[in-house]
Amino acid sequence: MSDAIKVPTMAEYMAVGKQPEVLFWVGCAGSFDDRAKKITKAFVKLLHNAKVDFAVLGTEESCTGDPAKRAGNEFLFQMQAMGNIEVLNAYEVKKIVTACPHCFNTIKNEYPELGGNYEVMHHTQFLKTLLNEGRLKVEGGKFKGKRITFHDPCYLGRANGEYEAPRELLQKLEVELVEMKRCKTRGLCCGAGGAQMFKESEAGTKDINIERTEEALEMQPDIIAAGCPFCNTMLTDGVKGKEKEADVQVMDVAEMIANAEDL
Amino acid sequence: MQYIPNILFLIALAAGIGYFTMNIRKVIRNIKLGLAVDASDHKKERMGNVLRIALGQSKMVVRPVAGLLHIIVYLGFIVINIEVLEIIIDGLFGTHRIFSGIGAAYDYLIAAFEILALLVLVGVILFWIRRNIQKIKRFWSAEMKGWPKNDANYILYFEMVLMLLFLTMNAADLQLQHLGAAHYVEAGSFPVSQYLSPIFENFSESTLILIERSAWWLHILGILVFLNYLYFSKHLHIILAFPNVYFGSLAPKGKFRNLASVTKEVKLMMDPNADPFAAPAEGAEAPAKFGASDVMDLSRIQLLNAYTCTECGRCTSECPANQTGKKLSPRKIMMDTRDRLQEVGKNIDTNGEFKPDGKQLLDDYITREELWACTTCNACVEACPVSIDPLSIIMEMRQYLVMEQSAAPMELNGAMTNIENNGAPWPYNQMDRLNWKNEG
Repeated sequence: MSDAIKVPTMAEYMAVGKQPEVLFWVGCAGSFDDRAKKITKAFVKLLHNAKVDFAVLGTEESCTGDPAKRAGNEFLFQMQAMGNIEVLNAYEVKKIVTACPHCFNTIKNEYPELGGNYEVMHHTQFLKTLLNEGRLKVEGGKFKGKRITFHDPCYLGRANGEYEAPRELLQKLEVELVEMKRCKTRGLCCGAGGAQMFKESEAGTKDINIERTEEALEMQPDIIAAGCPFCNTMLTDGVKGKEKEADVQVMDVAEMIANAEDL
Repeated sequence: MQYIPNILFLIALAAGIGYFTMNIRKVIRNIKLGLAVDASDHKKERMGNVLRIALGQSKMVVRPVAGLLHIIVYLGFIVINIEVLEIIIDGLFGTHRIFSGIGAAYDYLIAAFEILALLVLVGVILFWIRRNIQKIKRFWSAEMKGWPKNDANYILYFEMVLMLLFLTMNAADLQLQHLGAAHYVEAGSFPVSQYLSPIFENFSESTLILIERSAWWLHILGILVFLNYLYFSKHLHIILAFPNVYFGSLAPKGKFRNLASVTKEVKLMMDPNADPFAAPAEGAEAPAKFGASDVMDLSRIQLLNAYTCTECGRCTSECPANQTGKKLSPRKIMMDTRDRLQEVGKNIDTNGEFKPDGKQLLDDYITREELWACTTCNACVEACPVSIDPLSIIMEMRQYLVMEQSAAPMELNGAMTNIENNGAPWPYNQMDRLNWKNEG
């Protein structure tokens, strides 16, 4: 793969008077966090591979306001939301896909009342659709038979009831999917939600990400699969804290699909 | 003279129901201290939830042992109430086993009551063992010390005694039926108490009547006392679970409420034609308080939630913050809300209206440390078998801290400043948002 990936912006589409099939909302983590950028790039590769006509907002994208809202700053949230909605509506965006469950939840559930109505999909849902439409081929490749446990992101699972899309994709990779005791509706949070990512945790006996990582490691997985850049960071830190990074990887479902094919 | 028992019964019944009604009106008055919410939408879906979640106990069985035991006790409670109806008619009119006129069906009915009474007794004893011998962790958290712990046990003792009285009453009745005592019609089938009745074999008729009448009276008086105990206890859920589930949120759990008062201000700020220095229009409403610092700032549904909570602790045992030793316990959020609301209610009882008492829900009951430990993961909301939402209270109290008091934790202020200035929680320039595509 060449260094630069082709990532068209909405502005470029607008300039030639065209609309992409879908807007890829990259999110702050996906744009700036070194680990999450790899997920972004893996997802872009899959979009190219499936010949999806997509665009990003690029420098016109701004934080959805999720951490501000969950921290209690409704003002800042609504300022961000209305700014973003103005941009999205100006481009007449209809469909949005994002690899961040927090962006997904906020745009899907909290933007409509503020004037932003779009069809919003998490990237695992979108990839599943591509798979069903035969546009994307997912095969075992190098993950075939590998022991995988999936960590449900709160804002995809409990918050929006999506437990199956990521699991279906993993199953297509012909992995041995093992479930932690606390999974799906009873999945344990990674500890990052509700703006915890951006603050020290309160005094306690343990960090939440360690508690979750220990549970995941009990499953003796080769890979802990995640579907959220924040969960990914928390679990990666947890695995490092347990000095298991040589044996266990934390990977986004999209990265696994892209890597299986060596795209 | 012969009507004295009927009159006494009527007095007891009227007093029991009267006092209960008075207290329920207090509950309603206190709930109405909260902000009105429009929940007149989706009637069908809401009724469906009541049928499935409340009546059908669908979320109870997520934990199979507790769920099954609860269903037994709950079924017993509902079905045995038919018997209470008979007892009330008998008590008022001096009849005995008035429903026995329905014939063979009565045998089945009484048999069903007896079997359920035994099952309830066993269920309640197992509940007691889980709490007091097995000491299941969620019943021994910090907030369960003192009254909450005793309250839970009192309820179990009440139920044990009521069931024992019911079976004793039937056993003595059966013996009296065998003796052919006047007034004791031969009716009913007694699959459980027939094993108790041999105890009474050699008792005289008058002793048996004394035992039967005592058990009958203690049973019905016990029920009336228990009814009135509800208001002072966490046990109100047996009534409030139904409306509470009806008013439970229908939206995806991730959808947090957008504050309309904020929307108004933000729109004004973004309107290029608005004059930022304009004085508020004559007679304009005072700006709303953002978020909640006391119970009056919460919605009526949130206050109903607080009265409905039966302190089972499923929320707390699923809470990631609580599991890792943080002070936050969603159950305590609900208990504190109710305790404060009761305090405000008593204040109104004494003063005729609420006189500021220098206290509030924030700090005096719920600490900031608890509020900031929440990850908003919705595990507590998912876990609640009766659709209580502790998370919404936590969120609204955070809103008060941040928007009214600027009292967010330092690091969060940093993240929020970044979002405000450069559109991301980290200090990166928005103009660099697409740089990743050129990085190897």
